[in-house]
Amino acid sequence: MSKIKKLSKESFPLLIKKISETQHVYGPVSQGKRISYQRISSADELASDFIIPDMSAKSFVFPKIEKLFSYTKNKDGVEVQDINLDNIPHRVVVGIRPCDAAGMESLKAIFSWDPSDPIFETRLKRTTFIGLACNQADDYCFCTSLGGSPGDTKGSDILLTKTDTGDYIAEILTSKGEKIVTLAPDLFQDVEGDLQKEKFLANVPKRFDNSDLQNKINAAFNTDVFDEYAMRCMGCSACAFVCPICACFDIQDETKGSKGQRVRLWDSCGAKLFTLHTSGHNPRETQGARWRQRLMHKFSYMPERLEVRGCVGCGRCSRRCPVDMNIAESLNQLIIDN
Amino acid sequence: MERNIYLPYRMKVAKITEEAPAVRTFRLEFLDPAEAENFSFKTGQFAEYSVFGEGESTFCIASPHTRKGYVECTFRQVGRVTTALSNLEEGDTVGFRGPYGNTFPIDEWKGKNLVFIAGGIALPPMRSVIWTCLDNRKDYKDISIFYGAKTVNDLVYKHELKEWEERPDVNLYQTVDPGGETPEWKGEVGFVPTIVEKIAPSAENTIAVVCGPPIMIKNTFPVLQKLGFKDENIYTTLENRMKCGFGKCGRCNVGKTYVCKDGPVFTAAQLAELPNEY
Amino acid sequence: MGAINEIAARLLETGEAKVVIGYGEGSFGSVRPAFARNQEEAEKLIYDKRCTQNLAMYVYKKEISPLRKLAIVANVSTLRGIIRLASENQIKNGDIITLYINELGEVIECKALSEIEICLAEITPEIKPEDKELIDKLDAMTPQERWNFWISEMESCIKCYACRQACPLCYCTQCAVEVNQPQWIPVAANTSGNLEWHITRAMHLSGRCVECGQCGEACPVNIPIHLLPIKLAEEIKNIYGTVSGMKIQESNTLSTFKPDDKENFIG
Repeated sequence: MSKIKKLSKESFPLLIKKISETQHVYGPVSQGKRISYQRISSADELASDFIIPDMSAKSFVFPKIEKLFSYTKNKDGVEVQDINLDNIPHRVVVGIRPCDAAGMESLKAIFSWDPSDPIFETRLKRTTFIGLACNQADDYCFCTSLGGSPGDTKGSDILLTKTDTGDYIAEILTSKGEKIVTLAPDLFQDVEGDLQKEKFLANVPKRFDNSDLQNKINAAFNTDVFDEYAMRCMGCSACAFVCPICACFDIQDETKGSKGQRVRLWDSCGAKLFTLHTSGHNPRETQGARWRQRLMHKFSYMPERLEVRGCVGCGRCSRRCPVDMNIAESLNQLIIDN
Repeated sequence: MERNIYLPYRMKVAKITEEAPAVRTFRLEFLDPAEAENFSFKTGQFAEYSVFGEGESTFCIASPHTRKGYVECTFRQVGRVTTALSNLEEGDTVGFRGPYGNTFPIDEWKGKNLVFIAGGIALPPMRSVIWTCLDNRKDYKDISIFYGAKTVNDLVYKHELKEWEERPDVNLYQTVDPGGETPEWKGEVGFVPTIVEKIAPSAENTIAVVCGPPIMIKNTFPVLQKLGFKDENIYTTLENRMKCGFGKCGRCNVGKTYVCKDGPVFTAAQLAELPNEY
Repeated sequence: MGAINEIAARLLETGEAKVVIGYGEGSFGSVRPAFARNQEEAEKLIYDKRCTQNLAMYVYKKEISPLRKLAIVANVSTLRGIIRLASENQIKNGDIITLYINELGEVIECKALSEIEICLAEITPEIKPEDKELIDKLDAMTPQERWNFWISEMESCIKCYACRQACPLCYCTQCAVEVNQPQWIPVAANTSGNLEWHITRAMHLSGRCVECGQCGEACPVNIPIHLLPIKLAEEIKNIYGTVSGMKIQESNTLSTFKPDDKENFIG
């Protein structure tokens, strides 16, 4: 249903203003050395001239803390209060990168694998993504190696591409995108002919050939390539938490006095406690086995079970790794070795 | 509206049985009769049990699906949740989420001999399937049960062991590890695999089910294979750490296989295909 | 290549070390921790001004520690980390050969821990100018402003524990956040849970921190979290005159009572 319109550089802030009259608008905001998706009320607050926000956009659909229900303990027992999905807000995220938007498809595959997760589904349904195509990239970006691109429309409801004049090409991609247009139809101009979107996109060279990736990574399972990773990886969860797709979680109770809530929290396969049994036995005993799980889950198990990869090539895990565990380099090595 | 998949049923602790040191069995009954009415499970499945304020813990359902109106679980007090469970009294409320996972294919076993082999605290998943089969006793031929624990005191379901011992249609072989016997002990002394090898049940038209700590499973499979059991006819359950129970939290997978969705019941043939991450 | 490769190759050859922990070329012009287990890997070790990371935490890492004897390529931060680990009985003489590279680029091979002390005796530890600047800025704030600054920073914390994993002194086999009976520190990465975690960590490091700033470097969301233990180290130096990670026979300042300890901070 893709429809192409033009949004002038003067109209863009007016659009943000118009949307924020009825919905909460979020976008990449710069805060000290950090760029993160924050609530905004005007387009001036948006950060400019950066590759990618430090954190992915997954927290809009899979926040770092998700209340699952609450409970009250009293002398007669326990009362349970279910969450009300109606309270999940309608939100619009402006400036989401195409890789982050494409990651939504993989997240959806995880959370809708029977049984479907209504909290996730509702959050996704109520979030509109106005993507912004990448006009710059860095060495860590590798979306094109996994079938994505700096102008990929997957996951976005509208994709904007900034042209050399500062005006935007607007691709209206879904009914949610259409709804945004109907808020301010006058701001979107009709266009004629090909606007040559590709001309304005960053160049992201292919870093490896993904054609037989799944088989090659499977073949690496019992090789000693993981020994060096076992030594180097220090076992923090930075890679998983900055990843737009890593969705592994913990469930914990948080109580204050007689009241509390059960919450779902981000967790990571890199942490040694993740799979530790109470007996002390750990099925993934070494950091090498844990790093292997990270790779296998994304590039073998998810494709096998959910028909999507667990990686879109945003490169965050590698940019943010304190010990330079570079995922694209690892994949390249596994492809060459196997 | 769809039910919140994380929301547990509230259950009343109807009965507590002390099984062994730090091991208890809870009989749980639904507080809401409508939920009780709609609930069903099959033997082999597991659930998430919770103490509100402490969190959830994963155990199998230890009662047979042939007995309606309640579920039972048996646990050892080890971590935070099991400690909190141990502190509960009859009448208290717990959370219960489930059932999850696959089941023992007991219909396929009809007309066959069954050999159950369990060690220590791993009798609970076995107890569910044993009673389910005993409640349909005519469907199966010979039923043998091998059960061992470290010491006599560590044997769980002592009253039921007595019942099985007295039944003419069950062959029960009990054993304790060397040094774990008491002067009154009349059972075997030795590790479970050794006793299985000694008694040597016939593999002919027989299904074996093995539940126990990893070391016991690893030592029992070769004994069964030597006795002529085919890997397809040897069943076990895996117990990897879990949080959600339905394939999302990312903990329990062994390779591409999810213990929570594809298991917890596996055949030895299926296990042989898995990487050693359990 | 330089002396570092030759020394590493020799140590591996003679069996004096099973693995040499050092630096190698990383992604896109960066350096990364590297591990030489054989001649080929020894050739790939590098050392230059980019090698600022403190590698001391690898000494006790479960995948490496069993390989002792170890050798480690060390900058000043790493030296101080090793000395502090030694003073806390995590390393003993003979576990590790330290290859300290001094300001002149000379490799000083320390087989005994006392030799590291000699190297450190010539060094006056300094914190980075940009850290000093931010500490001064925070010092100039009112307590309320400072509180607001940290609360705002804590909101970004995702509890990935990169700070802990990168720290040469966070070697506890069970961290306080992992104790759940009782749950001392909330698990969730909310503002109070994050605050409790970082305050607990800073207090546990006070008098122990070797001021390498690795926790802040590791933070994926750029929280200047290293300023907390570094500021505490400064306070301890001012009150007690001790600097962590310079001498092996150094007591744990905050848990050691001395009759002449100042008491002027007790209100």
